Amino acid sequence: MTSLPERTERKMGLVIDLDICVGCHACAVSCKEWNTQGYGAPLSDQDPYGADPSGTWLNRIHSFEIQPEGAPAQIVHFPKSCLHCEDAPCVTVCPTGASYKRVQDGIVLVNEDACMGCGLCAWACPYGARELDRAEGVMKKCTLCVDRIYNDNIPEEDRVPACVRSCPAGARHFGDFRDPASAVNRMVQDRGGMDLMPEQETRPVNKYLPPRIRDRHATAPETVRLASLAEPEATGFLGWLDRALGRLG
Amino acid sequence: MSAAGTTRTATEPAIETSPQVSDEVRRTTCYMCACRCGINVHLRETADGVPIVSYIEGNRDHPVNRGVLCAKGSAGIMQHYSPARLMRPLRRKGPRGSGEFEEISWEEALATATSWLAPVRADDPRKLAFFTGRDQSQSLTSWWAQQFGTPNYAAHGGFCSVNMAAAGIYTLGGAFWEFGTPDWERTRLFMIFGVAEDHDSNPIKIGLGKLKGRGAKVIGVNPVRTGYNAIADEWVGITPGTDGLFILSLVHELIRTGHVDVDYLSRWTNAPWLISRSTGAGFGLVVRDEAGKPLVWDTVTERLQPFDAPGLKPALKGDFPTPSGGRATPAFELMARKYLEPEHAPDAVSARCGVPAETIRRIAAEIADAAFNHPVTIDEPWVDFRGERHEGFTGRPVSFHAMRGISAHSNGFQTCRALHVLQLLLGTVEAPGGFRFKPPYPKPLEAHPTPHCHTQPNCPLPGPHLGLPRGPEDLALDDDGGPARIDKAFSWEAPLAAHGMMHMVISNAAAGDPYPVDVLFLYMANMAWNSSMNTAGVIEMLTRKREDGEYQIPKIIYADAYSSEMVAYADLILPDTTYLERHDCISLLDRPISEPDHAGDAIRWPVVPPETQGEGRTVRGFQSVLIDLGARLALPGFVDEDGSPRYADYADYMVRHERRPGVGPLAGWRGDGTAEGRGAPNPDQLALYVANGGFWQAEVPQGARFMKQANTAYQDWAVGMGFYDKPQPYVFQIYSEPLRRFQLAAEGHGPHQPPEHLRDRIKMAFDPLPVWWEPFEQAALDVGDYPLHAITQRPAAMYHAWGSQNAWLRQIHGENPLYVPADAMAEAGLADGDWVWVISHHGRIKVRVRGMRAVNPQTVWTWNAIGKREGAWALDPAAPEARRGFLLNHLIKELLPEKGDGLRWSNSDPVTGQAAWYDLRVRIEKAEPGEESLPRTGRQASPVGRGPAELRWGKGWA
Repeated sequence: MTSLPERTERKMGLVIDLDICVGCHACAVSCKEWNTQGYGAPLSDQDPYGADPSGTWLNRIHSFEIQPEGAPAQIVHFPKSCLHCEDAPCVTVCPTGASYKRVQDGIVLVNEDACMGCGLCAWACPYGARELDRAEGVMKKCTLCVDRIYNDNIPEEDRVPACVRSCPAGARHFGDFRDPASAVNRMVQDRGGMDLMPEQETRPVNKYLPPRIRDRHATAPETVRLASLAEPEATGFLGWLDRALGRLG
Repeated sequence: MSAAGTTRTATEPAIETSPQVSDEVRRTTCYMCACRCGINVHLRETADGVPIVSYIEGNRDHPVNRGVLCAKGSAGIMQHYSPARLMRPLRRKGPRGSGEFEEISWEEALATATSWLAPVRADDPRKLAFFTGRDQSQSLTSWWAQQFGTPNYAAHGGFCSVNMAAAGIYTLGGAFWEFGTPDWERTRLFMIFGVAEDHDSNPIKIGLGKLKGRGAKVIGVNPVRTGYNAIADEWVGITPGTDGLFILSLVHELIRTGHVDVDYLSRWTNAPWLISRSTGAGFGLVVRDEAGKPLVWDTVTERLQPFDAPGLKPALKGDFPTPSGGRATPAFELMARKYLEPEHAPDAVSARCGVPAETIRRIAAEIADAAFNHPVTIDEPWVDFRGERHEGFTGRPVSFHAMRGISAHSNGFQTCRALHVLQLLLGTVEAPGGFRFKPPYPKPLEAHPTPHCHTQPNCPLPGPHLGLPRGPEDLALDDDGGPARIDKAFSWEAPLAAHGMMHMVISNAAAGDPYPVDVLFLYMANMAWNSSMNTAGVIEMLTRKREDGEYQIPKIIYADAYSSEMVAYADLILPDTTYLERHDCISLLDRPISEPDHAGDAIRWPVVPPETQGEGRTVRGFQSVLIDLGARLALPGFVDEDGSPRYADYADYMVRHERRPGVGPLAGWRGDGTAEGRGAPNPDQLALYVANGGFWQAEVPQGARFMKQANTAYQDWAVGMGFYDKPQPYVFQIYSEPLRRFQLAAEGHGPHQPPEHLRDRIKMAFDPLPVWWEPFEQAALDVGDYPLHAITQRPAAMYHAWGSQNAWLRQIHGENPLYVPADAMAEAGLADGDWVWVISHHGRIKVRVRGMRAVNPQTVWTWNAIGKREGAWALDPAAPEARRGFLLNHLIKELLPEKGDGLRWSNSDPVTGQAAWYDLRVRIEKAEPGEESLPRTGRQASPVGRGPAELRWGKGWA
């Protein structure tokens, strides 16, 4: 068993906007690309050109079809990575102390030197957010790009996780949830940001913004005259046309 | 606290949070699709001094992607180091399709190609068919083909989206895609038709994010609700092939209720142009004055006036005398009467479109509300081509985008035109909040070439192959009136085939119709597989032999970077580089990277030398190879007067070639390094591009940024930049006179007459006002036998890319099910994972299904180009792509069902010849469970071996 810090100085995490995620996988691939050459490299791939290709990913996109009552079916794209929970069961379950939550920023990391690959943490995580690397035999997970966000060798504006920097639609945001005035907190307040599976009582730091209501339409805008202008012709469309041209002056 | 164990306090290990990311960053242009994003390529050096591409990210300074990058872009490393890369030139050893090759030297390869091509040029240049696929160097490849003298050249637009391109140019003077963009900053209502993913992949995603952030409404019109349509605020799950009906019904509603921008139509379109109503050879043509200027009826002076005279108040309706004593009516009235007909009413089209009439009426009202109750104004004075000064620009904040979904039908051209006419009725083109062109567009039809096809031995073609006919006299016909080109582009079968018809080349060449060819030369186009209709049939054509034992298509040269299916069917392979090893120019002569407020172009350059990127790797950029072949063949322009090669390679060409004096492939840093657009070649030009991140931009001046087609400040700036040599202002074409000229021919007027069997079709299809007809395939079938539509789309993570060899991307899309609407699943007694036969009039395939609800109830669909042939792409023959992946292409015939007249009718749009991929009709029948999709197409040996069993990319670098 491993203990969690009572309080972290900052609470870094992601806001993921499900209203604009188009499911393009840009975040997932850029995550893999950065992390396989950065902290905790590699993220290995097995049988990559074969019959059953698989590999280690720290962020995956899931797509769900939902059927609202009285409206067309919808597809929701749902990117999922470690949520850096405040009550992270993956940490408390770790028998070696390899899994830990950083005091300074709340990022949950794995100390690979201490990880024995037992897989208990993946079992304990209700989100399925950890993956055991089959080549390395150790647990891999989202680091919030800990080797980017403090990296003096990277321009300051790029010191965000790779997924946030790459997302073409701007559906991913990074910030400090400890700061009530932070942009991520404001987004959560304005848009009804949600915890994933709150009943698990993990207190996830990452938040999801729900899709806005779709396919619900008021009747036609009242400002638009829908009355037919077509009949009879003298006062219909072509008559209207005369008046419209006259108004141009 | 566990009773059984101790509790550890995690000690935080010291970790390196500020590592050096790489040894060097080189900035170039991505080529993982057609988007042309800027990328920062990070390099590390091995202990042996070999550069490794270690990380690729978006370039924040780049105008296309502003730093973001899609899944393909981030997976570029896996493409660059793909085991499917060709490494050396190859000559076929086994039979075609076997994949058995021997390696040869470049000298041998180039000597072989020259020995095949030189006799063709000396004898009959038509016997060379040179077609390119995802070619981003068409200004070079087309010029090479022109100098060779064959009429048989095109790129892949004919099976991609030429309907969109041609309809855009004939109507607006430019198309969607990378030639223009919705005004993401100002639009209030955005409708996106038939787009799964697009050339403008990252800009559209960036734009959608902006719209959503501002609370603008997005309406997705698409039979399938994935991708962009998944996040649309409203989804219109339209039935395939009916978009034109839907759009014209919106037009009906807007006209009926008086929601059209009369001022815009009067000034900036040909709505007031007088159309002759006098019977005879001039009926339906524009009434002109003696100088050839179109005339309007001015209600102030109550007389005929040239359309471009200042101070006009032109009539939009009425019956007026013409100078020759006839009668004429403004185009607008003809249009209004046509679309007010009850056949265009929402109730009349609702069932066919699968869209409730009430929805059509409401969307029309929402469009009207956004356009007319929320105008956008920009206070910038400007002067139009009539010399009239305006204090600002007024815009209607409604914008549209569309792509292959509406265009890859046999009624696609007129559907695309309908959408453009809708834009014009609302006054949204080149206006704030609407659709904005990117320089060098907009350009009038008259600024584009007409097609050229006249060949002579050892002579160049007299002009470019591809163009935009103004009338029947511009067709590419032989002396007997038959097709001059192997693909029959610009013949009466496809008069406005502005991008050629690559999908017909192999079929026609194998049939010897209109004539056989000797050499088929392809670049970057997988025509033996996913880029052809009727894949199994095309494989048979590529391997068909004549009685003398020679292949029907005797010699096939293919240039590609990877071991694709097409490689196995070629005789001589010219291995291309990856996109990180090559020079390229993204040119204003071709498809540049401009934005509405900037002109721009870009380069690729070898950020890693190819010879360092694999053992024995001796590959060359195809464009350099083509320049070398041009010199060996002594083509004009490729050799100096003494016969020596004019250009060392493509990089040298990019710098020194001038298409017109002072205008070359790259517009930046010309002359002494300070000239833009026009200027002498500058030997330091490429270094200056590299220093600037691989791209160049010039700002469109203030006051010149909107209404560019009519704006004198823009026109003058465009001349200065070299887009054209004198100002070319014009008005948008609601009524298309070139179409009417073809229609008149079909009605029996004029010296150029279509063959009898095409007369009625041309009368119908060349309506000068947008029109809808039932897609040809279903019109020829008993649809009761084929009740479902079947379409494909490419996933965002693989669009316009080579995804199946990519170790990361194939983990995302490794196989493709057939997605079937829930009701159709129930009706056929199907559960997810069951196997079905999918049956068209042409063939049957056996595939696995998955149920879906967010889809039009009459439509099945799948991801395209996931299925692979066994042995291709360095994949294990047991790869899911090869075993269970499949192509819908097997069901799609390149010809329409036989009519009993003995003629071969192309399955294409009758105006442009665009391949009608999405007209496919099928039925599904439950099949026995299986392990493999059917048909099987055999196995090819891999000339490059197989990929490794495991990747630990990045291990040990830090």
